Amino acid sequence: HQSAYESDNIKVLCRNPDDYVRETTRDIQRVPRNYDPTLHPFEVPREYTRALNATKLERVFAKPFVASLDGHRDGISCITKHAKSLSTVISGACDGEVKLWNLPRQECLRTVQAHEGFVRGICSRFCGTSFFTVGDDKTIKQWNLEAPGYGVREEPINTILGKAVFTGIDHHQRESTFVTCGQTVDIWDEQRSSPIRSFSWGVDSFSCVRYNPVETELLASCASDRSIVLYDTRESAPLRKVIMQLRSNTLCWNPMEAYYFTCANEDYNLYTYDIRHLDVPVTVHMDHVSAVLDVDYSPTGREFVSASFDKTIRIFPKDKGHSREVYHTKRMQHVICVRWSADNKYVLSGSDEMNIRLWKANASEKLGLLSTREKAAAHYNKKLIEKFQHHPQVRRIARHRHLPGDILKQKREQREMKEARRRREQNVRKHSKPGSVPLLTEKEKHVAAVVE
Amino acid sequence: MAADEEELSINEQAISASEDEEGSDDERKHKKLLEAISSMGSRKRKKQNERSEASVQVSEFFVNAEGTGEKVNLSDLLGTVEKTSGASNKTKKQLRNLQSSKETLELPLNKQQTEKIQRGIAYEKTAAEVSCWRNIILQNQKAEQMVFPLNQESPGPKRVEQVVAGWKVQTPLEQEIFRLLHINSQPVDDPVLTPVEEQSLKAMSLEEAKIRRAELQKARALQSYYEAKAKREKKIKSKKYHKVQRKAKCKDFLKQFDEMVKTNPEGALEELKKMELSRMEERMSLKHQNSGKWAKSKAIMAKYDDSARKAMQEQLQMNKDLTQKIVVPSDDEHESNEEGLETIPDFVNDSEPVIDSVNPWMRGQLTHEEPEVSCVTTEDVQTAEEENEEEELVGEFERKRKLRQADEEDLIPTEEEQPASEVVEEDVVEVSDKEEEDDDDDDEEEEEEDVSEFNTLFRLMRSEKTLEEDEEGLLNEGQIRVRNIEDLEVLGEFVDPQPIAEPSLPRTAAVEATSEPPYKKKREIDLKEVLTKEAKAVKVPFLPTVVDEEERDEQISIIKEAFAGDDVISDFIKDKSKLEAAGRPEVVDLTLPGWGEWGGVGLKPSRWKRKRFRIKTAPPPPRQDQKLPDVIISENRNASVASHQVSQLPFPFQNTAQFESSIRTPIGPTWNTQSVVKNMTKPKVITKMGAIIEPMVKEDFIKNKTTTPGGKGPAIMLGENKRAKEGTKRSSEKHRGRRSQKRRK
Repeated sequence: HQSAYESDNIKVLCRNPDDYVRETTRDIQRVPRNYDPTLHPFEVPREYTRALNATKLERVFAKPFVASLDGHRDGISCITKHAKSLSTVISGACDGEVKLWNLPRQECLRTVQAHEGFVRGICSRFCGTSFFTVGDDKTIKQWNLEAPGYGVREEPINTILGKAVFTGIDHHQRESTFVTCGQTVDIWDEQRSSPIRSFSWGVDSFSCVRYNPVETELLASCASDRSIVLYDTRESAPLRKVIMQLRSNTLCWNPMEAYYFTCANEDYNLYTYDIRHLDVPVTVHMDHVSAVLDVDYSPTGREFVSASFDKTIRIFPKDKGHSREVYHTKRMQHVICVRWSADNKYVLSGSDEMNIRLWKANASEKLGLLSTREKAAAHYNKKLIEKFQHHPQVRRIARHRHLPGDILKQKREQREMKEARRRREQNVRKHSKPGSVPLLTEKEKHVAAVVE
Repeated sequence: MAADEEELSINEQAISASEDEEGSDDERKHKKLLEAISSMGSRKRKKQNERSEASVQVSEFFVNAEGTGEKVNLSDLLGTVEKTSGASNKTKKQLRNLQSSKETLELPLNKQQTEKIQRGIAYEKTAAEVSCWRNIILQNQKAEQMVFPLNQESPGPKRVEQVVAGWKVQTPLEQEIFRLLHINSQPVDDPVLTPVEEQSLKAMSLEEAKIRRAELQKARALQSYYEAKAKREKKIKSKKYHKVQRKAKCKDFLKQFDEMVKTNPEGALEELKKMELSRMEERMSLKHQNSGKWAKSKAIMAKYDDSARKAMQEQLQMNKDLTQKIVVPSDDEHESNEEGLETIPDFVNDSEPVIDSVNPWMRGQLTHEEPEVSCVTTEDVQTAEEENEEEELVGEFERKRKLRQADEEDLIPTEEEQPASEVVEEDVVEVSDKEEEDDDDDDEEEEEEDVSEFNTLFRLMRSEKTLEEDEEGLLNEGQIRVRNIEDLEVLGEFVDPQPIAEPSLPRTAAVEATSEPPYKKKREIDLKEVLTKEAKAVKVPFLPTVVDEEERDEQISIIKEAFAGDDVISDFIKDKSKLEAAGRPEVVDLTLPGWGEWGGVGLKPSRWKRKRFRIKTAPPPPRQDQKLPDVIISENRNASVASHQVSQLPFPFQNTAQFESSIRTPIGPTWNTQSVVKNMTKPKVITKMGAIIEPMVKEDFIKNKTTTPGGKGPAIMLGENKRAKEGTKRSSEKHRGRRSQKRRK
């Protein structure tokens, strides 16, 4: 606010001190700005340059690996998050050992020899006081999350002996029931030693079962007859079954969108289904070059992370066909299990070579508290990259990832194979009666049947 | 079938046997014989199990299937029905009809089939139930920003009522207590107060009341005082006094009106309407005509009496004034007013001319745009003075930017489209020119006026300009034109006035190129002369953006030296025409002599043939610099830039314009205010550090499904809930009321 006061022959410019005086000495100097566009020309080229720089910096700062937790004496078979504590993680290994980890201190809090043979599944109770494990020794064990006192033996609170091997376990979101899978899908009450409910459909065994976190009465399981079966605990029978071309290893429900789930398949792909329309998957997520072993959604439901036999983990946006990020290290072998932390910041992966690795979910994100200006700059940069994402240079830099040679080779090989298959199909179509060889989309190819 | 018949016969026999109490030996023997015969048959008869379902678990293998083969005929039933008298004719008829029809009932479905149906039903049900999330999911997908964890509670302490809400009466003691409370209509919840207490709370404090009373007293006193004064004044009988009063009022009103025109145009308009009304009344009446008694007498007196004549004239004048149509202040006036108000007109800030004079070959589009921009601002300032400053500013800049971008897009300054801008620009020229020319004449004036009071000068110049235009229109126009298209001073005097009409004339590139370039005359341009003129021209008092005079002179001399032997302008024109010629399509002559006619030395192909086989290719799209005689825009693909350009339209966009506009809007803090930047760069997902993001909870999002039926709700309700309930009650009452009214009608 500038105003000129005129007297007879003296003119004085006076300014409001509020415009240039800082409120505190720690405040930054106030810079009066004139937003007249003629004073700031070339906005698009300037922003483009900024976007390019932001993209480059993003790649420069992309250091996703945070820590490795070692201590297991066999491959990690399962990981689970603590229901109430962000810093606690429970992992089970192939030698039946279960370890509790403190993430910020990167140390093992407790070790329990839970089972003989593999620990097949772990789940934490919703209240965060205990957790359940299932193993190859046909038992379900409930453990206290608090360590026993000095000199007291580690003993489960509760042990249930089953008739067959259990391969997976999951706990209800709010009630004291849990579900296991093996030869059948059983629903258990915590207070009882026999299942309150058993579902089976056909004679095949199941490899994974998960409660829907939103519609808490819904269940989905992966069976070894290449099928995914849906259940509703309120109904007497299973709901529906989708049979795919190859077996699904695990599945995960979207925690924010009740009717979507994603399954990790043996055919290197992941498939997102809408349970209302099971005949065609909503999205096929391709990029892995070997069987996908585990999948977990981010708590925001926007993305999911997948672990693969090809020694990488990938992060996919839930509605995109290709991954936005791939993580790998030289020493990481086949990744067996993966989890996304409950604060949407980290990803945990457990692999064959006995290590649990902690990754950042956003590779170039700065950790810790950010000042307001840092935050604003980060947001601006992100928006710039998004704005200019279609420009070839920005895209080229933003999409560049390093991949180990063998994976790259495999990828090329598979591309070739796919191309060959496509060509062959085309030829068959050319030489057969029109309409007899239908043109199938990628989504339609992988579903063998939907059984009612 | 045969076996069945046998069985039947056996049964009949059995029945007959049982009926016959005596039962002779012969018959028994006969039966045995029959059994023996039947047992000799190829099929071995099974031992029939007894049907007993007493136990809970019934195996399907133990269920007796006796009589499966038998069919109960309707005739058996009908026989008895016919006999009973109680059965109605209708049923009998129906049964008879049934008997005639041959269809049999279907067997119950097997287990697989039933399970399949069950599954199907269950699936449909679940799918329908899950679909209730659809809206929420879609909404979240479209949301510009999501904040996780969802349903965050507001920080800070909660009210007791909030904590207690949801608590249900459980034990009998509690039930009893609540029953008692409800009976006595004691408030249980929210502000735990009785209605009386509430009212007392609502009442004012003592101090407030005192203040309010004092205010009221004062107002009343003032009112009575004014009333008294008005009465007193009304009682005054002096006509002169009233006349003076009226005149003063009138003057006052006029003054107010003038101000109002500036500050409150709407109010002024209303006043104007009132004035119009009074004018109409005046016209209708003969009040101030000289037809009244007084007027007539005065007319007689006027011959001799000066004062009477004056009075007459005054009255006539009044009539004239009143009947005169009120002229609405025009826009021009406004503009000039505005300009007058401003301390310094915008174009003064223009450093462009100076730059141009120094380096006339560098002409950016900006020179052209700036004046236009300034014009826009003045208009805007007029309309939106009282509006919020910052928002207004931002909006204004946005508009400016758009204007500029639009210009950049066409790169063709169409003069017809921007008359306003032209006017202002003309003014600039005029001012500078006149100053140099009329320096001597206006010396005195300039001395009188303060140098910084540029505005008055400006206005003066403007009025003079209009005069001068008539005198030396051609030259002026030429100047204007030049300035419009190029650096005003450089080519100013030498360019023909014709090009002024250029945009209106439908001139194509080809025509321009083929016709003898009008710039040939310009070869005579002496740069020195032009530049010296330039230096003189800029005498306008500039703001600090102006370069020092010495510096400028220096630069000019440097440029003069550098381009001493060159005729830059003609070179430029040559280059341009060359480029244009290169871009023009060539005519391909495909005529072959001898085909269809005689050929040989001295023979030319016929005209029709030449006409037919001379192929003209379609002209390329017009050059971008077609209408810019002093600009060359290269339309070649620039390889170094191409790698940075988007070659295909990216997916979500439907046309290039959409995409370009998305790129064009800057989002950075250099171009936008802080709040705008904050809004534009807000991230899509916000998470709270260290907070666990729980999955959605159905109860929070889908309410109607989970609300418990009446009676089982919480014993203590939140105030809001209660209010909502009351609201619904009220509305329902209203509805009822309406309905009853309707009925009454």
